[in-house]
Formats: sequence, C-alpha cells, structure tokens
Amino acid sequence: MPRYLPYLLLLPATVFLIIFFLYPFTQVAIESVTSNGEWSLANFQKATSHWKFGEAFKNTMLLAALVVPIQLVMSLTMATVVQKLQKGRSAILYIFAIPLGISDLAAGLIWLSIFEQSGFLNSMLVGLGLIEQPILYLSYQSPWIILFAIVLAEVWRATAIMMVIIVAGLGLIPREYGEAAEVFGATRWQRFYKVTLPMLRPSLQTALILRVILAFEVFAVVIALGGTQMPVLMSETFNWQFNLQDRGVAAAYAMVILAVSVLFTLIILRALHVPKEART
Amino acid sequence: MAEIQIKGVAKSFGAFTALHSVDMTISDREFMVLLGASGCGKTTLLRIIAGLETPTKGEVWIGGRRVDHLPPKERGIAMVFQNYAVFPHLTVFENIAFGLRMQKMPQAEVQRRVHRCAELMHIEQLLKRYSGQLSGGQRQRVAVARALAMEPEVILMDEPLSNLDALLRLEMRSELKGVLAESKTTAIYVTHDQVEAMSLADRISVMNGGHIVQSADPVEVYRNPAARFVAGFIGNPPMNFLPAEKVGSGRYRVAGTDVAGPDTDTRIDYAIRPEDLTLAEPGQGLAATIRVVEPLGAHTLVTCDVDGASFRAVIDSDSRVNPGDRLSLAPMADRVRWFDKETGLSVQ
Repeated sequence: MPRYLPYLLLLPATVFLIIFFLYPFTQVAIESVTSNGEWSLANFQKATSHWKFGEAFKNTMLLAALVVPIQLVMSLTMATVVQKLQKGRSAILYIFAIPLGISDLAAGLIWLSIFEQSGFLNSMLVGLGLIEQPILYLSYQSPWIILFAIVLAEVWRATAIMMVIIVAGLGLIPREYGEAAEVFGATRWQRFYKVTLPMLRPSLQTALILRVILAFEVFAVVIALGGTQMPVLMSETFNWQFNLQDRGVAAAYAMVILAVSVLFTLIILRALHVPKEART
Repeated sequence: MAEIQIKGVAKSFGAFTALHSVDMTISDREFMVLLGASGCGKTTLLRIIAGLETPTKGEVWIGGRRVDHLPPKERGIAMVFQNYAVFPHLTVFENIAFGLRMQKMPQAEVQRRVHRCAELMHIEQLLKRYSGQLSGGQRQRVAVARALAMEPEVILMDEPLSNLDALLRLEMRSELKGVLAESKTTAIYVTHDQVEAMSLADRISVMNGGHIVQSADPVEVYRNPAARFVAGFIGNPPMNFLPAEKVGSGRYRVAGTDVAGPDTDTRIDYAIRPEDLTLAEPGQGLAATIRVVEPLGAHTLVTCDVDGASFRAVIDSDSRVNPGDRLSLAPMADRVRWFDKETGLSVQ
C-alpha cells in the first residue's frame, strides 16, 4: 500500500468539510467581528445590549441546567435496568430509542398537541370530568408551564441518546469488578457509586458533552411550545438573521453559543478526566 | 473455625445442569483444590460458596452457619478472581483497603492491615500506583493482598494463576502456598491445571460433568484414581489402559500376557501409569513397538503400540531407543489398577 493512500482516501471528506464547514464557519466568525467592513465588536455590543439577550441567555442556561441533570439520572437508571435484562433487551432499547428518530420540531409539535388548548390533555381532563373548561396552559401568563412543557419534551426527546452511550459504556465494564465489589462488602448503591460510575467516566464524558452542546442549541422544541414567549440563544440567532435582517448580530449570537459550548466541553472533560495510569 | 459443608448443592441454568447434588466437607484450614476441565462445574460450585450464584437446591454451611441465603459480604469470605478484578480507578493501596473501607474500619487499622498484606505479597513499593501501571503478576499480588487484608475465614480462588506466564506461575504458586498456610484460613482453589492442584492441595476434588468424582489427598488421587476419568485426567502423560479378557478366576489375559487381577464378573480394563513400567527381557511383560521417541532430559517418553492400542512409557533417558524398536515393558505389579468397563469405577 502506498504511503499516501490513506491521505488520498481522506481527501474527499477533508475537502467537503473545508468547503461546507470550515469556510462558512470562518465567514461567520469574521462577520461577527466586523461591521461596515471594519474590525469591531459592535455586533456583540448590539447583541448584548438588547433586552432579549439576557433573557435568552438565562433561559438557555436554565433549560440546560434543568434538562441535562434529569436526563443524566434517567439515562443512568434506564441503562442500568436495560443492562440487567436477560430477555428482550434489544426490544426495550429500540422502544426507548424511538424518540431519537423524530426531529426536534416534530417532537415539539407532538407535545404541543398535548398541551394546547384543544389538545389531548384538556380533552382527557374534560372527558374525565376533572375540569369544566379547557385550560390555556401555554400562555404568556404562565411561563413556568411553558418551561415545564419544554423540559418535558426535551427529556422525552433526547434522553435516549445518553442512554445508548451509557449502555455501551456499561457493557465495556467486565462483570468481575462488580462481583469483586460485592464479595468485598459493597452494597448495591456502593457498587454503583464506587465502581460503576468511576469506570463509566469515559462514556459519561461523551454523553454529557453531546447532550450539553445540544441543550445550548435548543430551538425547535422551544419555538413549537413557547413561540416568542421564551427566547433562547438559538431563537434569537434566527430572529436577528431572518426577522431583523442583521447578519452581524446573528453571527455574534452564534459565536456566543460556540463559546459557551466550548467552555462547558472543557469543564466536562476536566471534571471527568481519567488519568492515563488509571485507565483499564 | 471455618469448616465448610456443602450439602446436596445442585445448580441448573435452564435445561443445563451445571452441578448434580454435590456433597463435600472442607475442614478448617484445609487447602482444597477443585480440579476439572472447563465446564465441569468447579467454578459454579465456587461461586455458589461465594454467594455470587444461588444454588437451585441444597445448603452451604460455613463455620457452623448456614449461609446460602446470605449475601457474599456476610459469609466471612474473600475471593481472588481469574482476571484479578483489581479496580483500575483506585490505587493499589485503595484496592487492598477496599473491603476494609466498606466495613468502615478505622483509618489506623486500615493502614496497618494494608501495609502488612502488601509486605506479605512484596508490593509495598507499589502502593501508590494504579493497576494500569502494574504487570499481570503484580496485579495478581494485589488481588491476593486485597483478599488477605479482609482476614477472612475462607479464601476462594478462581484460577488465580491461569493468566500468568509459566515461570511466574511457578513462583506465585509456591508463594501462595506459603502465605495461605501462614494465614491459617480455609482455602478453596479452582483450577484446571493438575500440576497446580497436586502441588498446592491438602486435598483435591476432581470434578467431571457436575459431579465430584474423587476427593482425596494428591498422592492418593494420583496413585489410586477412583475412576477411569481421574486416571486419564491426572498425570502427564495420563494412565495407559488396555482391554483385559477374563481367563479364569482372578486371571486375565492382557496384550498376550497372563496377569493376576481382581476376582470379579464385571468386564474390566487394565491400567498402568507410564512411569510404572520398566524395560524387561524379551518375552517378559508387554510386547511394544515404538512409534515416537520424545527425550525430556531426565526421562524419555516413548509412545508405542501394544496389542494395537496406543501406550506410553517413561523410561530412563540413557536407554537408547528408536522408532520401530521392539521393547518388553514390565509393569510394577503393585501399581496396576483395574477399572470397570461400564461404569468406569475402580475395581479392586
């Protein structure tokens, strides 16, 4: 095999990425720090000084802070249960993974059809005689219900991706470690906490980074359920780009999302770092 | 005091029966080796004693206490695993201390025990390392130290040396024997290696197909196998077997020679160990034609044809023999054994 063959084979993918990813990315980055053809931070000033920026930033962080921990606990629990199954393991995995096959907008619409005034929840409650009149849940007067609905939809939609990664990670831990811990007196909880979790760090890293980045990019579910009631960083990017027709500010928003994603990726990498000598 | 009693323990996995009603008593401080080929049920039995597996039937008693319904940690046992199971995310110190920490033992006592066991296993200098920085032999030492630190009444070992290279295995074997004798614990050791079993055991239980075929001290198992299976499994090379034809009361014809044997009406086979044969004058003993000669240094192993059957003998390496030579092999009369053709059991 000629030495250059691997590089030759990688060339199409590399060219593709350069043209369709690196090039537009650089353009957006440059756009965010130029205004009227000059280098400036005006776009960032304009973005952050707008009253919606703080709101969007706060909402995005709040959503991530609510959704990701719930998903972490749920996916760990689900993965542990799936791991223990003798029969029907793949069937359960597939069922758990169904929401993964649905786009985020569709997921938002599914939950909208539950929560809207003429939705399933109201019909059910009226049908059961628990309420007289359909209730307007997703209104500007009840932002907490909107938040709750978004969290619910996000948890429903994207927990499975973490679970799949964690199931794979659990499968990599040899059974003898758990048995050794059991023989040496660890309770079920201690086995999980002192043996499984530390050995699961590489998978947790992957699952968390993936999930946290996606949480910062939350968009369609929020639009479907909250409309303009709940601005997030991504919806503001969209807003500046298409409604306010200011590409520079939209680019600045994109850079903020990138910065936050990179920052949290680094934090997760650091927090769940496994020193080389402590790897299996 | 930790005598172990196994009473009618059976285990099935679905349609497969791994253990058929096993009964066994292991005395306090005894070193018991469970020996058998893979799939014979020896590991299942060990795991049942450890509490990692629940028996389908039967009882397990340790030190006069019925334990088969108790979790492992309440059985007074410690275990050494085949793949060591040394936790990669903990230092050697914390690995050895793992069981003690679970018992919430005071730090000073943890320190004392870890250092004592590390010293015993010659790994004091490794206490701060992680298992990823250790060799297989060192990990094995950590696994043994972790078990010893518990000061258990019973120590269970599942093929602990099988992943080590030959030289290291030899070294660890004698070291293990010394350390365990000193610790005065009852030990159960699972292996498929007959040499390991012979050299370590106070008593060997040979298992086959979920049964214990023979339970006796190593020399007894070697000299007086209770069954043809044991005779063929223990000893390298294993025992030779030849068909015997009854010619009179207690008289048999074996490979063309007349031999005295047990007075029985069942059909039996004649058996002799390869090293219990001597070269004799032609016409005296079994007539053999050499097929293969394997010099082993101290001895020479010859594989011959005797009466159409393959037959092996260990002879002095000074006796110059070649393939095709005809030999007369005289068995030592008191080493000849007889086995029932049907049941495979020893007949005397």
